[in-house]
Amino acid sequence: MQLKLSGVGKSYGGLPVLSDISLDIASGEILCLVGPSGCGKSTLLRMIGGLELPDEGEILQVGAPPEGSLNPLTFIFQDFALLPWRSVAGNVSLALESHRAISRAERAAIIADVLSRTKLGDFANAWPKQLSGGMKQRVAIARALAVRPAVFLMDEPLSALDAQTRDILMDDLIELWSRERFTAVYVTHNLQEAVRLGHRIAILSRRPGKIRRIIGIDTPIGARTHQDPELLAIQEELWGLMREEAEAADKELTHG
Amino acid sequence: MADDDAQTRPVPYRGGGFSARPMRSVGVLTFAALVAVWELGSRYGYISNLVLPAPSEVIEAFRDLWVSGTLWEHLGASLYRLVTGWSLGTIAGIAVGFAIGLFRPVRASAGPLVAAIFPIPKIALLPLFIIWFGIGEASKVGLILFGTFFPTVIATYGGVDNVDRTLVRMGQSFGLSRWEIARKILFPGALPAILSGMRITAAIAIILIVAAELIAAQRGIGAYIQMAGSLFATDQLIAGVLVLSALGLTVSALIGALELWLLRWRA
Repeated sequence: MQLKLSGVGKSYGGLPVLSDISLDIASGEILCLVGPSGCGKSTLLRMIGGLELPDEGEILQVGAPPEGSLNPLTFIFQDFALLPWRSVAGNVSLALESHRAISRAERAAIIADVLSRTKLGDFANAWPKQLSGGMKQRVAIARALAVRPAVFLMDEPLSALDAQTRDILMDDLIELWSRERFTAVYVTHNLQEAVRLGHRIAILSRRPGKIRRIIGIDTPIGARTHQDPELLAIQEELWGLMREEAEAADKELTHG
Repeated sequence: MADDDAQTRPVPYRGGGFSARPMRSVGVLTFAALVAVWELGSRYGYISNLVLPAPSEVIEAFRDLWVSGTLWEHLGASLYRLVTGWSLGTIAGIAVGFAIGLFRPVRASAGPLVAAIFPIPKIALLPLFIIWFGIGEASKVGLILFGTFFPTVIATYGGVDNVDRTLVRMGQSFGLSRWEIARKILFPGALPAILSGMRITAAIAIILIVAAELIAAQRGIGAYIQMAGSLFATDQLIAGVLVLSALGLTVSALIGALELWLLRWRA
């Protein structure tokens, strides 16, 4: 399944947030959306996931989602969005309960499977409150895996984590992608994450957000390292493009 | 640095204090000391028995109340009114509060109504309730129902309003229906607020039932206190007040236990 955005625009109360966004996201591709804060990248992701409606343009899913996909467009949120009153297994279960076709036994099997894939097998009965930030995000990833998405929509999934945890989870994501080859739209303001994980990186400008440039990276995701000079050069280039915007965004007053 | 020896001393400590750690024994001691002073004051005539009976006399009156079975008669009547009125008021309040939290038209219509009726001291409505429902149980149960309904409504929709919207969005992103979001996300999320509302309404219910029984009842703890007062039987009067204190503590302990169990994920 592919995604096709053409001429997408959005404004809040007359204030344009995004304008004329056109993008194609191919199957198995990770597209990173980067931009200064307030450029509308999270809004764009919510529109792609059907949680908000665009004011202009259209967002299309091309082709049928793969067989057995319960929730083709699945989010991973920055603040994890776990229900604090449900255990780790219960949080994963939430995403499956509404599907009548899945029996109780199948559900338990899926939960056990995704928890072991995210190295959470021993924590099925823990409360979210007992987990570290990294573990919480792993639960959210397990929950997303459980519904077998066609596209992962990740909204700054590592931003709420400390630097070490972020690196570890980044490696996990890379490993996961190498196995599953999922499609993803990955929103971040962290350029290092973008060059580690993105096949293509779309840079948005400040409000109203427009696509300034799309940069492709050829190095296979599995072969990328921290010190790769090519990646560092791209990161530097991205920063050059973003710096002015970020500075201007920093000085802007928030509206509402 | 050896020259500075005269100036060398430990860094002055200025932390500590402001701790909320319980000191259980002190509480018990304070209570015991107060009762002892009261008892001695009564025995040696510093406190007139007519004004305030000695603790020993109060205990004696309480024992009578217990042994003769009058306690159970009065407590039973009060408890029946409390439990019925409070349960009905709480159930109705949660239902309406939830509807206000979920549906904007309901909020627009019921919200101002609740806000207008909430501040009325409900005991002022007792005469009206007696006219409507008669002097029997219905008027008292109705009063408690009415008195607990509005705070529950407010606590419930406040709780629903405060549920983190990212959780709702998460539910939507996994394709949960509106009903599932209400049941699995909004209700458990509002539960802490509903339970603290219950704490408040339980206290309100006790106040209302005693006030109603003081005014118009043959049986009930309030009626018993009223009777003792008109006979100047201060020992019985205080025994009745102690029963109320015990009732309040029991109710609060029950709700505390309920909270501990239902909100165990917060521990």
